[in-house]
Amino acid sequence: MGLEYVRISPGFERYMPKDYVDLVKYGQFGRQVDVQQLGQFKELVEEHPMCAGCFMAYFIRVFYAALPNPEDTIVIGTAGCARLALSQAAVPFVYGNYGDTNAVASGLKRALTIRFPDKVKDVVVIAGDGGLIDIGFGMTMHSWFRREKFTTIMVDNEVYGNTGGQESGMSPKGVQLKMAPKGKQFDKINAVELAKVAGCVYVAKLAPTNPKRIAKTIRRAILAARHFGPTFIHAYTSCNIEYSIPTEKVLEDARKREKQDFAFYEWMTDEVREYFEEIEKKTEEVKA
Amino acid sequence: MPEQRVVDADYLLLEAPRERKFITGAQAMAEAVKRANVDIAIAYPITPQSEVMHLVGDLWAQGYLRDYYRAEEEYGAMSAIAGAVRGGARAFSATSGPGLLRGLEAIASWPGHRLPAVLGVLTRVVNAPLSIQPDNVEIAYLLNCGIIVLHAENQQDVFDFTLAGFVISEKVDVYIPVAVCTEGFFVTHAKGYVNMTPEDMKLPPRDPYKAPVPPTDCEIPPARIQRDAPVQKSNFMSYLIHAVWQQEVWSSNIRAMKYIYKYLGGPIEVVNPDAEVFIVASGCAAAQGREAVRYAQLEGLNVGLVKVKSIRPFPEKEIRQVLSKAKAVIIPEHNIVGWLAKEVKACIPDNDKVIGGPRVYGGMTLPVELIMEKIYSVFGIKKEKKVVV
Ligand SMILES: Cc1ncc(C[n+]2csc(CCOP(=O)(O)OP(=O)(O)O)c2C)c(N)n1
Ligand code: SF4
Ligand SMILES: [Mg+2]
Repeated sequence: MGLEYVRISPGFERYMPKDYVDLVKYGQFGRQVDVQQLGQFKELVEEHPMCAGCFMAYFIRVFYAALPNPEDTIVIGTAGCARLALSQAAVPFVYGNYGDTNAVASGLKRALTIRFPDKVKDVVVIAGDGGLIDIGFGMTMHSWFRREKFTTIMVDNEVYGNTGGQESGMSPKGVQLKMAPKGKQFDKINAVELAKVAGCVYVAKLAPTNPKRIAKTIRRAILAARHFGPTFIHAYTSCNIEYSIPTEKVLEDARKREKQDFAFYEWMTDEVREYFEEIEKKTEEVKA
Repeated sequence: MPEQRVVDADYLLLEAPRERKFITGAQAMAEAVKRANVDIAIAYPITPQSEVMHLVGDLWAQGYLRDYYRAEEEYGAMSAIAGAVRGGARAFSATSGPGLLRGLEAIASWPGHRLPAVLGVLTRVVNAPLSIQPDNVEIAYLLNCGIIVLHAENQQDVFDFTLAGFVISEKVDVYIPVAVCTEGFFVTHAKGYVNMTPEDMKLPPRDPYKAPVPPTDCEIPPARIQRDAPVQKSNFMSYLIHAVWQQEVWSSNIRAMKYIYKYLGGPIEVVNPDAEVFIVASGCAAAQGREAVRYAQLEGLNVGLVKVKSIRPFPEKEIRQVLSKAKAVIIPEHNIVGWLAKEVKACIPDNDKVIGGPRVYGGMTLPVELIMEKIYSVFGIKKEKKVVV
């Protein structure tokens, strides 16, 4: 329905909650905001109970600011720290059971396609490393094999944060965590390569050091999913609690990991590349 | 595929002309789906369910459904059903035994999410050692989910319960899923006569806005505002909201009863209401119970049958009333735990008159003779056992 559903009926401004009026007046609906202007518009998520300095929380703020079409976006999450913020945003949020995200998103996207064949409805999964690559692995992979047209974003803190710091498949080898008292015995799973092999049309990996680039990556992943097929972003979002990273050092840590194993990486099919070149050329023409 | 026209749900269920066909239970379920204007069906193979979802797949290929796919496994299938129903679609799936248990975490959350849908449960042994035969112990696992549970005796019930299931499930004051259970093989793979509504008539499409909980489709104003989600900060709020919500789920379950009366003629069927001794049975066991009533009549014994069609909501009041004067109650079942006997015992005051059994399990047939043995014993009749070697 787009903006129609956001707009306040004339005469009702006085009766709507302030939060709502602000979202309509100063928010992101119907316009593209620049993430570097965070704080100068009404954000889709402002309040959340995540830990101070949690980089996952920061990533989620940037994620919402980057949405190309927030008035027609549905976010799917699952058990894990991310849902603490996702469930409080001004964007419809679905929470089912732990690890079910990519199956729920498959059903939801198909239903929306049946019901609104001519409208854009973006479906985006944001879930933890445990949710997507351990418990939900089969559903994650199969949504990609089936070429379901939605975006999957893994907020990888390399641990089960929400349950108090257990090892996940994405924890680096050797790291001592709960349920890995002798250190993790096997390598961090290569999610990016799995996504490519499984049929994602756009795959990116990043550490959240550069908000503009995060926003661009998210926007690209969502646009490519709309038209071509599954897309995947693997984001390093450190857990400062379980990895004992002092709050004032989280960015330093992200920069360090970016140099080690989270260098920005972007891969896409030729078809998707041509599409971006096309639309990016068009926006430049508009600007010129 | 014939052109189908939408007709009023009450007309289709209660008045439309019917044509008699000799078909299997699996066909009966698919024929109901054909007339139910289903948007999407999601399948995962398991014997004895597979036949149903093959047929439903063919319906999609012919154009009766808008979408269909074979999922990765049952947890994925049932989660995707949740997504599709949230997106406003009318959805169907079916499974059996181990498949039901694998999907159960998702299925058990459907009522709490207020998701109307129909799930076929074509029973099969669960637990070791392996068997694929029609034991119905899996229904016991469904009883505490909040979902509506109907148990079909034969192919006709399968058709009627499935078609009505969509209508009942989507009633605004119900809005929880309906499981249509029947015994695998005995019903799914055997033929019986089914009176069916015309092939060229179908239910109206689902209207997802006629709902106590709206669909997640970004179409209904106002837009969502930032909120303090219930489970986040305060345990007290999360207890409270969960409690209130679950009360509402179970109230919805009870509110379905009036529609079970309207569309299925009530939650029970009583044969010989003035009987001295009753057999209470559901599903296939009810068919055997019917035979036992006939045998008993031939021998001049006053035996009746209470067939229980709806296991959730459970017809406590109705059963209490019918059994109030009964001398004894015999409950034959196709499972080892005796879930129906427990339900009946829990709702009548003088439950020492309940004889739990006979029970067969592992998917065995339930010979009428086993029920007759119980009948003879409550009437104090001693029969010599003939052992045929
Ligand atoms: C079926 C099921 N199993 C286990 C859990 C417990 N659980 C909740 S969150 C979580 C771990 C979350 O880890 P991850 O997905 O990496 O997210 P994070 O909290 O680290 O962001 C687990 C195991 C659950 N809710 N449901
Ligand atoms: S436990 Fe870790 S991931 Fe979770 S909110 Fe706290 S810092 Fe963030
Ligand atoms: Mg994690």
